Amino acid sequence: MAFLTLTGIQKQFGSFTAVEDFNLEAEKGEFVSFLGPSGCGKTTTLRMIAGFELPTAGSIVVNDEDITHKSPNQRNVGMVFQSYALFPNMTVADNIGFGLKVRKQPADQIRKRVTELLELIHLPDRAARFPYQLSGGQQQRVALARALAIEPQVLLLDEPLSALDAKIRVSLRNEIRAIQRQLGITTVYVTHDQEEALSLSDRVVVMSEGRIEQIGTPFEIYNFPATAFVASFVGTLNLLQATVLDASSGRLSVDGQEIRADKVSAANGSTISVALRPEIVKISAGGEGNALTGAIEDVNFLGSIVRIRVRVGEGAGRISFDTFNDPSLTLPSIGQSITVTFPPEACLLLDAAVAIPTVSLDTDEE
Amino acid sequence: MRAPGALDSVAKPAPEEKRQRGALWAWIVFGLGFLYFFLPLIATIEFSLGHPTGPVGAEPSLQYYENFLLKPDSEFFPRLGFSFVVAIATIILSIAIIVPTAYWVRLRLPRLRPIVEFVTLMPFVIPPVVAVFGLIRTFSGPPFPLMDTTFGSNIVLVGAYTILSFPYMYRAVDTGLRAIDIQSLTEAAQSLGAGWPRIIVGVIFPNIRVALLSGAFLTLAIVIGEYTMASFLGSKTFGPYLSLLGQNRAFEPAGVSIISFGLTWIAMGAIQFLGRGGQRIQVGGAR
Repeated sequence: MAFLTLTGIQKQFGSFTAVEDFNLEAEKGEFVSFLGPSGCGKTTTLRMIAGFELPTAGSIVVNDEDITHKSPNQRNVGMVFQSYALFPNMTVADNIGFGLKVRKQPADQIRKRVTELLELIHLPDRAARFPYQLSGGQQQRVALARALAIEPQVLLLDEPLSALDAKIRVSLRNEIRAIQRQLGITTVYVTHDQEEALSLSDRVVVMSEGRIEQIGTPFEIYNFPATAFVASFVGTLNLLQATVLDASSGRLSVDGQEIRADKVSAANGSTISVALRPEIVKISAGGEGNALTGAIEDVNFLGSIVRIRVRVGEGAGRISFDTFNDPSLTLPSIGQSITVTFPPEACLLLDAAVAIPTVSLDTDEE
Repeated sequence: MRAPGALDSVAKPAPEEKRQRGALWAWIVFGLGFLYFFLPLIATIEFSLGHPTGPVGAEPSLQYYENFLLKPDSEFFPRLGFSFVVAIATIILSIAIIVPTAYWVRLRLPRLRPIVEFVTLMPFVIPPVVAVFGLIRTFSGPPFPLMDTTFGSNIVLVGAYTILSFPYMYRAVDTGLRAIDIQSLTEAAQSLGAGWPRIIVGVIFPNIRVALLSGAFLTLAIVIGEYTMASFLGSKTFGPYLSLLGQNRAFEPAGVSIISFGLTWIAMGAIQFLGRGGQRIQVGGAR
């Protein structure tokens, strides 16, 4: 039995449906991210787990206990907010100890636990400071320690890194993941930043317009998107218009050039979109696989990499891809004809749902 | 022949000169304001000393202060003390009503805000004399015969003063609440297990302390000098005493005004000092 189970969750605000038919099972100690654009319902779902919103339908079960109708202060769920939400009138130590004080724990135990947590977040000398005396990253670490102090069953993080600058964001997200692993706490993380979701999570729930588009490991989500939305939202894609020549053999035509793709379900003669991840495209060195020839439209030298954009025919689309910089490399010139290659199995067909192939995930992002 | 630069400096004052001229105007305005506020006060002090028109002659004298401060039958201290008690009761009641209301309206019922604001403005719409007759009529008989006893009428007085304080208290508290992210703070406290009383007393109150203090100051100032309601309710507060003294004596009311003015300022200072408790709070949210 899963540790956190959301079954048939629905949330209506008047006639507006914010979340619909949301089902999720998370194991104990699992790190699950809700990923999606603004307004997709990810924060609303998180707030329903926290108890700040009541689902219109469905149930939320934590550790075999139905908490759907419990008030937020009865749930033992820790929450970290985007705005930190530290109590401005309290010191760092008082903030961290607040939840324990509410639980009427003895003062010496509170002190001990606060000291432990300050060590955990690497701020042992900041106990007597006030929130306004800390940097944004430090404040968010204190907010994390405060949420962990009560030893919550589930830890919820609502875009906790959004207000921080890029460098702090990366270091703090690694710290969050390390602490989460160390404590083995079931965690739900809301973000609209795909890099965050992919790098942190055991599983990612991609959402759009209140619905789950796909649940999977970061590896599955990125490499085998279940829907056109997931394919376009996660990572960057090159989109090409193609005509189906023969669905059974997977033959397609892109601006008169024939390529092959796996599992084409559209009818012969129909027009579909072929999506290609940039990292799968290579400058032709001959050999097997699909090849497309086009004219170079742009070459950007970005230091360690060179980004090349190729226009394939008139209106069929553009392919943008990167190659590593090499001092011996001769940069291609604009207008020059170039052939790029990619394997048939790398073609994502977006007009129809793409089946996720069975792959071994033993060596996924972990 | 003058250099072009010299001509320019005549036509267009240099920034330094401009700044000095601005500072001069600022001092003139400040001086006028100072005179406007303090001249009457100085005149009142002088008059309270019987100088220069008093029967004692040209010499200033503290005799009139002695009349109401030191005479055993003087009502000055009992009346002033009672007014402070009424003011403190009013402040407590007003905070107890306004803080949860303003908090809840901001947190959950923002659409009700214009209505609540209008309700708190009622004391400006209904003249005190009308309100007090309404109160007397309402509380003179069953089911709430509060006016039958002195204690009961004092309760009515505190209630009436609480309503009088609403416009000031509500605005002060609402401004204080606007300065903090009450939704996140509330939710953070809730997720840590806190119930509503602890959230309001332990999280919201301390973070709007400055706003509460300014609301309390205004309430204190209103209550200490209020005459109409206290007079009609027959309460032995300071306002009616001041009025009575003014009807019968010449120089004493001026002395009483000066003393009450000083005491009110001391009380305000004390509230501010005690309220801050030497603490280093930051109001306005994290960062």
